[in-house]
Amino acid sequence: MTNIAVTAAPLSAPPAALPARLAKGFVNRLVIIIPYLWLLFFFLIPFIIVFKISLSQTAISMPPYTPVLDFSDGISGFLAGFRELNFDNYTWLTQDALYFNAYVTSLIIAAISTMLTLIVGYPIAYGMARAPATIRPTLLMLVILPFWTSFLIRVYAWIGILKPEGLLNQLLMSLHIISQPLVILNTYTAIFIGIVYSYLPFMVLPLYSSLEKMDYSLVEAAEDLGCPPIGAFWKITFPLSLPGVVAGCLLVFIPAVGEFVIPDLLGGSQTLMIGKTLWNEFFSNRDWPVSSAVAVILLLVLTIPIMFFQQAQAKAQEQGR
Amino acid sequence: MNSTWSRFNITSIVLGFAFLYLPIVLLIVFSFNESKLVTVWGGFSTKWYVSLFHNQGLMDATWVTARVGVISATVATVLGTLAAITLTRYTRFRGRVLFSGMVFAPLVMPEVITGLSLLLLFVAVGLDRGFFTVTLAHITFTMCFVAVVVQSRLVSFDRSLEEAAMDLGAPPVKTFFQITLPVILPAIISGWMLAFTLSLDDLVIASFSSGPGATTLPMKIYSQVRLGVTPEINAACTILIAVVAVGVIIASIANKRREIQRQLDEQAAQRG
Repeated sequence: MTNIAVTAAPLSAPPAALPARLAKGFVNRLVIIIPYLWLLFFFLIPFIIVFKISLSQTAISMPPYTPVLDFSDGISGFLAGFRELNFDNYTWLTQDALYFNAYVTSLIIAAISTMLTLIVGYPIAYGMARAPATIRPTLLMLVILPFWTSFLIRVYAWIGILKPEGLLNQLLMSLHIISQPLVILNTYTAIFIGIVYSYLPFMVLPLYSSLEKMDYSLVEAAEDLGCPPIGAFWKITFPLSLPGVVAGCLLVFIPAVGEFVIPDLLGGSQTLMIGKTLWNEFFSNRDWPVSSAVAVILLLVLTIPIMFFQQAQAKAQEQGR
Repeated sequence: MNSTWSRFNITSIVLGFAFLYLPIVLLIVFSFNESKLVTVWGGFSTKWYVSLFHNQGLMDATWVTARVGVISATVATVLGTLAAITLTRYTRFRGRVLFSGMVFAPLVMPEVITGLSLLLLFVAVGLDRGFFTVTLAHITFTMCFVAVVVQSRLVSFDRSLEEAAMDLGAPPVKTFFQITLPVILPAIISGWMLAFTLSLDDLVIASFSSGPGATTLPMKIYSQVRLGVTPEINAACTILIAVVAVGVIIASIANKRREIQRQLDEQAAQRG
């Protein structure tokens, strides 16, 4: 930012209109170009490299893959490399049922936990939106606060609660509700609990913002006309909160599909999710090409929900204007 | 409105907040546990905090994390603010769709993908993995969060203030620093804090982009958690929570005071 100030200040000093306009054009361009180039280089180009490496072979060297599409041999070398490109890694992914199962399980787990998060989050958001206006900022702050504490720590906290000799089993056994400790840790149930807990603020915040804007006299009118409260909820409140529901569900679903920390710490070795598979492929098997192929397919699977998310964001931005 | 604040609403809020806070409270309580077992209470003790400060590996990791956090949050705030200005002010330029895509996509992108792709970039351009690459990676994924926070403030900004300043002859850069910046400053500060905490918390992206000698605190905690749950980790987590909580509280108090000051100024101005 200091750069802009330094370069633009001498230009904009004279009162003449033309230099000032030139300065403005220059500053405008810099404002756009700097973040643009950064994201291009550190966000978009890396994906292209991932795709490139997913087509290469594993090699015992550092980096552990054979070079592909290298310009060091000139154009002819590049073209020769192009003919040698192969989709072996992708064929490998389709042949081993493990990967297919991991993708499908991840999608199912993410979908179920998104539904659960919606069910848990909706009453909270609704209660907040109907709270007296004076305490709403405090409630909002209380929902955001856990978001500031580490994801890893919040997941870790659940290990002590869910494990066989953990706090939940101690409580339930001392109340004589159960006689044998429940096995929750290292099961899919623990993953559901972990995702719902960690992503709850992402669901509550967009729900709250659309419920808070709602005109409640519509519900009152419906009830005055004899509509039962539950009917009024499904006919008026829920449809009006739909933008919040969509935004919240996407914010939970997309990252949950590729989640690593939760299935790794709460799911144990028995559960299968694609984020964990990618991590193991990379860190344990050191197979960079295959983990790149896993990442490319995961990205393809998520393209449609991510595009929906961007459209929702762009729409919200238009309306906020 | 009060009549609709029903018992159902109160119950759902109380249960919801209990769910959100109970695990954290339990974690903090058991960091003061005398017993080595995390789940059996053996009396009050602060010995785990003492042993924490003698754990050199953990202390080194804390120092690395703090430096990465401050540097990456600061750069990310500058870049994110520029991105937010671009998104709100320049509605028409070539590649705008791509640009907004690149700002919003990292918000939901699974961390394993971002981490892997950045690592492969660093290897491709021949950067040695370490402190520098973790910082670059953190700048990239946190700047998008800053952009969204600042953008939401810019959207509600009254542009006639800027136009008035420019009509009175202020050059655009001066207008930005004297008019726009003070108004969006609270959003920029909360953007910085969000970037800092995201960097402080990140395990996955740091694991991919880091190298020997640049182990961050979450990486250290993760490797110890894999070996088993200990009160010492609880103590480390409690300190981390406390640092963030104090930061958030100071920021919100500062925000409130600025708000009050502004109202006082406005009143004074009206009295003339």
